[in-house]
Amino acid sequence: MSNGSNGVPVQLPDPLDRFRQGDLDAFELLFRLHQRAVYGWILRIVRNPAAAEDLTVESFWRIFQARARFEAARGFEPWARCIATRAALDWLRALRSENELTADLIADLPAAAAADPGVTAEIRLKTAQAFARLPPRLRVAAVLAVVEEQPHKEVAAALGISVAAVKLRVFRALRLLRKDLEKQGITP
Amino acid sequence: MNAHDQDRVQHLLKQALPPVASESEPELDLWPAVLRRLDAHPAARSRFKWVWFDCALLAGLALVSAAFPASIPLLLYYL
Repeated sequence: MSNGSNGVPVQLPDPLDRFRQGDLDAFELLFRLHQRAVYGWILRIVRNPAAAEDLTVESFWRIFQARARFEAARGFEPWARCIATRAALDWLRALRSENELTADLIADLPAAAAADPGVTAEIRLKTAQAFARLPPRLRVAAVLAVVEEQPHKEVAAALGISVAAVKLRVFRALRLLRKDLEKQGITP
Repeated sequence: MNAHDQDRVQHLLKQALPPVASESEPELDLWPAVLRRLDAHPAARSRFKWVWFDCALLAGLALVSAAFPASIPLLLYYL
């Protein structure tokens, strides 16, 4: 709220309202507030920093194009995450190659978990490559729910599916992964 | 797959794909790139796209309808 020329307080429109009307300044404000969260979410899915940057730009472009459909009650970040997830899924579908997750890429990402000495580097690489061969929609659910330990509710909201469907996708992903590893002589 | 197997596969997956650090952020400011993208494609294109398969299907239906007019009620029933 600010003071008008006659000293009467003037209610300024909410940035979300201005964004919905196509105001670029409001959009920039929202971009600055949420770009890190959106980038981090996409990076968790695609696990490639350069692709995550491109997809963040693509996602915010889609967000601006879809501004008329934005519902304030839903909150900007969950809505942005949903659009970003779709952009990341499109990217994964376009790629569809086991080469996308190479040893270099895995090494590039900061490791947060303590490495288990019982799991060799070769097994880790083969697991990552087997995971990359899974259908993208199963991969996204598994990587967010299992690897990144995101709440199932948030994963479901981002994918636009129910929590039960997330659990089913995770189960199917793990079962397919196990089968693929067994074919390669790796018994989990 | 039982719960034990599921836990083992999950453990292997976590070892293969370590979680991304929560403080990850882009190396550069992406706002100029967003502006360039908006300038290059100011308006969203129509979500409806004609692809070759749609055209072929429509042409096929038109041919079938022309050759066998009796099939039109059946096609309408399934639409």
